[in-house]
Amino acid sequence: MSDHHKETFITKYIFSLDHKMIAKQFLLTGMFMALVGMLMSAIFRVQLANPGESSILYNFLPSHWINEVGALNPDKYLALVTMHGTILVFWVLTAGLSGTFANFLIPLQIGARDMASGFINMLSYWFFFAATVVLIWSIYVPSGPASGGWTIYPPLSALPQSIPGSGTGMTLWLVAITLFIVGSLLGGLNYIVTILNLRTKGMSMKRLPLTVWALFFTAILGVLSFPVLLSCGLLLIFDRSFGTSFYLSDIVINGEVLHNIGGSPILFEHLFWFLGHPEVYIILLPALGITSEIIATNSRKPIFGYKAMVGSLLAIAFLSFVVWGHHMFMTGMNPFLGSVFTFTTLLIAIPSAVKVFNFLATLWKANIRFTPAMLFAIATVSTFITGGLTGLILGDSALDINVHDTYFVVGHFHIVMGLSAIYGMLAGVYHWFPKMYGRMMNKSLGYIHFWTTFICAYGVFFPMHFLGLAGLPRRYYTNSSFPMFDGLSDINSIITFFALSGAVVQVIFLFNFFYSIFKGPKTTKNPWKSTTLEWTTPVERIHGNWPGELPEVKRWAYDYSKPGYEDDFVPQTVELKEGEKDV
Amino acid sequence: MANVLIPLIIILAIVALVQITRVSELLGELKKIDVNNVTEEDNNTQGFLFVVIGGAFLIFVVWQMLEWNHLLLPPASSMHGEQIDALMQFTMGLILVAFFLLTPILFYFAYKYRGRKDNRAYYYPHNNKLELIWTVVPTIILTGVIIYGLKTWDSVMNVDTSDAHEIEVYSKQFQWLAREAGEDKVLGASNFKLIDATNNLGVDMEDPNSLDDKVVREVHLVVDKPVLLKFRSQDVIHSAFLPHFRVQMNCVPGLSTQFAFTPTQTTKEMKIQEGEDFDYVLLCNKICGAAHYNMQMKFVVETQEEYDAWIASQKTLDEKLLTQK
Repeated sequence: MSDHHKETFITKYIFSLDHKMIAKQFLLTGMFMALVGMLMSAIFRVQLANPGESSILYNFLPSHWINEVGALNPDKYLALVTMHGTILVFWVLTAGLSGTFANFLIPLQIGARDMASGFINMLSYWFFFAATVVLIWSIYVPSGPASGGWTIYPPLSALPQSIPGSGTGMTLWLVAITLFIVGSLLGGLNYIVTILNLRTKGMSMKRLPLTVWALFFTAILGVLSFPVLLSCGLLLIFDRSFGTSFYLSDIVINGEVLHNIGGSPILFEHLFWFLGHPEVYIILLPALGITSEIIATNSRKPIFGYKAMVGSLLAIAFLSFVVWGHHMFMTGMNPFLGSVFTFTTLLIAIPSAVKVFNFLATLWKANIRFTPAMLFAIATVSTFITGGLTGLILGDSALDINVHDTYFVVGHFHIVMGLSAIYGMLAGVYHWFPKMYGRMMNKSLGYIHFWTTFICAYGVFFPMHFLGLAGLPRRYYTNSSFPMFDGLSDINSIITFFALSGAVVQVIFLFNFFYSIFKGPKTTKNPWKSTTLEWTTPVERIHGNWPGELPEVKRWAYDYSKPGYEDDFVPQTVELKEGEKDV
Repeated sequence: MANVLIPLIIILAIVALVQITRVSELLGELKKIDVNNVTEEDNNTQGFLFVVIGGAFLIFVVWQMLEWNHLLLPPASSMHGEQIDALMQFTMGLILVAFFLLTPILFYFAYKYRGRKDNRAYYYPHNNKLELIWTVVPTIILTGVIIYGLKTWDSVMNVDTSDAHEIEVYSKQFQWLAREAGEDKVLGASNFKLIDATNNLGVDMEDPNSLDDKVVREVHLVVDKPVLLKFRSQDVIHSAFLPHFRVQMNCVPGLSTQFAFTPTQTTKEMKIQEGEDFDYVLLCNKICGAAHYNMQMKFVVETQEEYDAWIASQKTLDEKLLTQK
């Protein structure tokens, strides 16, 4: 923009105000955290397949996590599970996904030169970065990181006497999440303001690409729900450090009678899940938006039922605020309240079904081009179907009685939320890589990466449903203490085999990603023949996005294979012909 | 050792793949073709893979259902559990139908509509009628699911507990204990401040109802007789999970929770059905600390006579605390 100041290395790559650079910072930090989280899962999967045995993978862990015979300590198993959940839910699939694509795509797709406030945007990343440093640091404190599950239910998370991780590790977890929330709120407000105020001429809300709609709803969800988690965490900090009793009552631990009276851990659960459930959709909606965009582009067809797609996003976003109680059916809540939450929860199946049918209708009579991004987008639809359906069981309070907190839940949410979102994220990376780095990723490596990941991921998470239906609780260090689970060791071995293989094949992606940044073939301006505005910017990725005037939008985002045009795509900047109707 | 070898082999395989790809890329450069351009051949291969690997996934799902069916929990051993099982079968049937319809359609569409050079996609941005249909149909089906679910939930949760056999189940790191009400059928009062090494449930011995209470380390239930489990927790949240009875309830410090049910199968009957080593067991199903994975208590379901003999052999709190002092 302004030619006065010269960009130094520091202002360009580190304290950058450019949304594209900030997006890449989020992406790289998110990818790093994804690797850490995945390594943790590989380690605890090894423990589950070979309980009490030593493994070469344990060399990655601080030495005091391992006992004399070389096995993982049970409380450190819980530390790994807790950190895996925290990292994947918040660091990878919230900041890594939204942070990357909201930053990258919102200005580019609405025709803005940058975010509403570049400075706040930069702060958002650096708060996130600080949160990352604190969280990683917490892994190395002597008593270990937070170990009470990523949902940090008190009293377990409040009392260091109950588990070592609830000491310094938990304090650092709370500091990290507070920094994280500040960063995420700064980002979210910026996204909302940018979408509302900085759309270029002609870019009415009705013409927004679905990615932007999804990121818009995601930001609103975040801004409304994260403050609740912040207050929830603050009260926990008070209970832990200043002797208050918000969440504690009637407790005797290690023979010590605590003074706390009158608090309730259930209060914590309500506050936590008031964020926690919208959080699921903060993770999922961007992936669905990205998927819509990529499926339309590569089907060479308009997304089917644009309005219904926006409407169902809105319905899902709204409902996500009134379903949190389905995480708490077994807390002893009034059965009538349980009924209400069952009702609202199962309603989510309706907009979700609409989305699936619309995806299928988009593929119908398409002319599909299988880029690696398209493969991942189709896989997102597959996991959204598979995982969404089991939600009908978990959301039904009567059925939840016997599958609550079992591996059935683990299978369900890893497929519907974890895989869908990760696939969406990977699809997004493959699709927008040329725009991010001006180069192409290798197609064949992309294909191999996709199919191996697809096979391994279902190999890991589908069998978990059976463990759950056999009654196996989650977060068990081993299932060998109960004779009733003796038959399950084969399933555990299969899962671990796929988990390790699935982790290893990500090397293909990493290689492709970093290799292509430096050595990939140069791209052209619009390699996917896409209609949206980001592909009208120059390959060089300049600050301010467009060299001259901002582009003007003349039509909606999905004019693919429109009759009357020779090309099978009509960019949003192309004037409507006389008598031609915009959809 | 296999843990190490398998990933190693995979790493070597990947290194090989990477090299092969490099070679293909270099060849592409020599021949002046853009190797990253998606060709019709690619579309054919990838479309085909969706059918093959997608199909393999569906076969894998069926295989799991057949192969692992015997590992799943046996039919419920409680009255309300039978209702839950029926609802489960209905819902599971429904989602399996949806799964086996939608997934093949997705993979088949990917294959069928794979791109061809001379082909052009059909411009079809929306169809309100179609969209209305697939909004209304799921709504109708879900209405059925919701009504059936809520009716079941209501009948499971709202049961008359007036003549139920009351037992307190007590959780702490990492142990379950239980308290029988004794002859008077009333559990004595308790207070967490009274907990000490001998009185580990904090029972208030000033309360006359407490004297005949019995603290036990396994729970015995009478078959076909309703029981009301009342849960308390000493330290952190635990969850009492009795998978065979389809019973689960959190045990929350500072809060009293409960679950009423009627067991229908004695342990002996289950041993005949499930094998000699079968036992009903109570598990902890809420993360509660290092030994969470090993927090268990045996449940026994037996006839009235067997129960009477067993309960008579247990000491009352009065006797226990007296002898310890």
